[in-house]
Amino acid sequence: MALALILSPLLFAAIAALIPSNRARPILLPIAATCHLAMTILVVARPYLASWPSLDFGPESWLGIDAPGKLVLLVVSVLFFCCSIYSVGYLRYREERSNRVFVSCLLAFLAVIGLVAFSRHLGLMWVAIEATTLSTAPLVYFNHSKKSIEATWKYLLVGSVGIALALLGTFSLAYSAQPAGLKPSMMTGELMAMAPSLSKPWLHAAFILLLVGYGTKMGLAPMHTWKPDAYGEAPGVVGAIFAGGVTSVAFLAFLRVYRVCVAAGEGAYVSSVLLAMGLFSMAVAGLFMVGQRDFKRSLAYSSVEHMGILIVGLGIGGPALYGTMLHIATNSLTKGVLFLSAGNVHRAYASKSTDEVRGALRRLPLSAGLFLAGFLAIAGSPPSGPFVSEFSILTGAFGSRLFLVGALFLLFLFVVFLGMGKTVLKVIFGRPPAEVMVADPEAKSAPYRDGFLTVAPVFALMALVLFLGIYIPAPLDALVREAASSLEASL
Amino acid sequence: MMPDLIDALLVVVLALNLFALGSSRIQSVIRIVAAQGALLGAITLLMHEHLTLPVVLAAVAAVVIKGALIPAIMIRSLRAAEIKREVEPFIGFLPSIVLGATVTAACLLLAPALSGSGSSPSLVIPASIATVLVGFIILISRYKAISQVLGYLVLENGIYIFSMLLIEAIPLVVEMGMLLDLFVAIFVISIITNHINQAFSSMDTRRLASLKE
Repeated sequence: MALALILSPLLFAAIAALIPSNRARPILLPIAATCHLAMTILVVARPYLASWPSLDFGPESWLGIDAPGKLVLLVVSVLFFCCSIYSVGYLRYREERSNRVFVSCLLAFLAVIGLVAFSRHLGLMWVAIEATTLSTAPLVYFNHSKKSIEATWKYLLVGSVGIALALLGTFSLAYSAQPAGLKPSMMTGELMAMAPSLSKPWLHAAFILLLVGYGTKMGLAPMHTWKPDAYGEAPGVVGAIFAGGVTSVAFLAFLRVYRVCVAAGEGAYVSSVLLAMGLFSMAVAGLFMVGQRDFKRSLAYSSVEHMGILIVGLGIGGPALYGTMLHIATNSLTKGVLFLSAGNVHRAYASKSTDEVRGALRRLPLSAGLFLAGFLAIAGSPPSGPFVSEFSILTGAFGSRLFLVGALFLLFLFVVFLGMGKTVLKVIFGRPPAEVMVADPEAKSAPYRDGFLTVAPVFALMALVLFLGIYIPAPLDALVREAASSLEASL
Repeated sequence: MMPDLIDALLVVVLALNLFALGSSRIQSVIRIVAAQGALLGAITLLMHEHLTLPVVLAAVAAVVIKGALIPAIMIRSLRAAEIKREVEPFIGFLPSIVLGATVTAACLLLAPALSGSGSSPSLVIPASIATVLVGFIILISRYKAISQVLGYLVLENGIYIFSMLLIEAIPLVVEMGMLLDLFVAIFVISIITNHINQAFSSMDTRRLASLKE
């Protein structure tokens, strides 16, 4: 099942590359996403099915899924499913442009996500993470404009260099066994087992390199510079995939390294670095959001902020881990709502600057309403999923007697709320500009109107976000608890 | 395993770093980086006591990809762009050689502290770190998109040197995956550099400055 989960999207990607019809091709996306979601649910609910039918993954195998892996795979699969339906609607508006590369790359991305979730070998996981960079770069470039070239270039170069550092970190981590006379290994299980005798200087170097490397993919400040450019220039659906998918997967990769470092007894060192890094990201995000006129860039900074929140949660450890794991899910789903609805607004106005985009609630009541709801959710207003997870991280901070961290966390959340709120409210309320732009000059198609395919998936995501704010179903709660305790068990 | 021979070859690798830093003709830099990559692929063969099929396969793949395929792609996009030389970099050619040499010397001096005990050749870790740093110098100081890609390749070569210490921990599948990723990365990056050249009539990355706060 694991192999089918990883390989079937690749098969669909190959089929997508072969289909000649631009109109028919996007239909593959929901088909592949449905298969993927079904298999994911089976694997998560019935773990023994992962190695079904014949390949039995023993502890020695490179493939095997841990609790955080299950959680991330489930979340990304749900997000991808909604995005795939949205894409069908979106690509209808962009029929003038070939979507062959777009559809194939989206499907290839789905395949490598599975590989990351199932990697026990850190080298294999690195290969998969690098593959996410390569499969998503052409998505940023979909519009083929000068600005999108610039964004793609920055993303590729910064992303590749960051990931190269993560590889160096992975090697350092494996090599840290050498000075103690142990056999170097990249298997997470073996590394965990020999963690206490790993060489400390190499372990520290590995941790920093991996934090910088995977942190670049997550978009932690100060390695976030590519992020507003890429998120701003990519289509909304790609932004959703980035902010909800790529970042979560990079965080998952980092979690596995974190476990080894904590098992090595470096918990205090690790958490002080993480707290500093996470709070810095939140502060930088807040700073750049104030006065931001481009609402898609504003969303990118919101993603920087929430990656900071995840890292702070991890740094607090213990009581905050449950909230951190839950935040992976709530952040991803809410980011889906925000980017997809922002994409609709962008399409209708052919602009993403608040100078031109005003009064969206009158022109696009559904998309604008969802955008507003998504903003309120991501800012942590009850009752929404992010409120529950952020509140849980905050109580974790105070529970661990980290009062300064808790206070700064609240302060930055407040700054972000004000900064982002100003941008979002400008977009939503007010009077729409008098001269109605007939069509997107790039698209040369009919002006955008809210349609079923581009609104229903966003609505479904928003419903999930609200639902998680009110009630967390028992199986999900168990999974989140299992993921949190798998991080804590080694303390 | 022949530690002395490996160390001697790694000195050649370090010398190639300095050549790459000092050359203003982009085509020469591509050749130098290709030679470095091919040499590194060959060195991995010396790291093993016994040559097995997977080991030879991995080495051959590295030599072909780093020494032939990647330079071929890059020279093609260089021809398409009709550029020959790097403009005077942010850090001049001569100062960057001096900087590179200083960094290399510092890594070699720190070598005893960096290398663990064991029978491994003593230069592997310092050579790896020096090459990574030289890659960074090229990446940061050059303006042409294609030169920055070359900096990234030197950085990758440096990391590849490190991987020689971990041969047992890196299975063939993973090694091949890493090479494939590198190849696809260069392929995708070359497409983008070609588009940069077409859209901006230049490969100067200073023109990519419209996206900012």
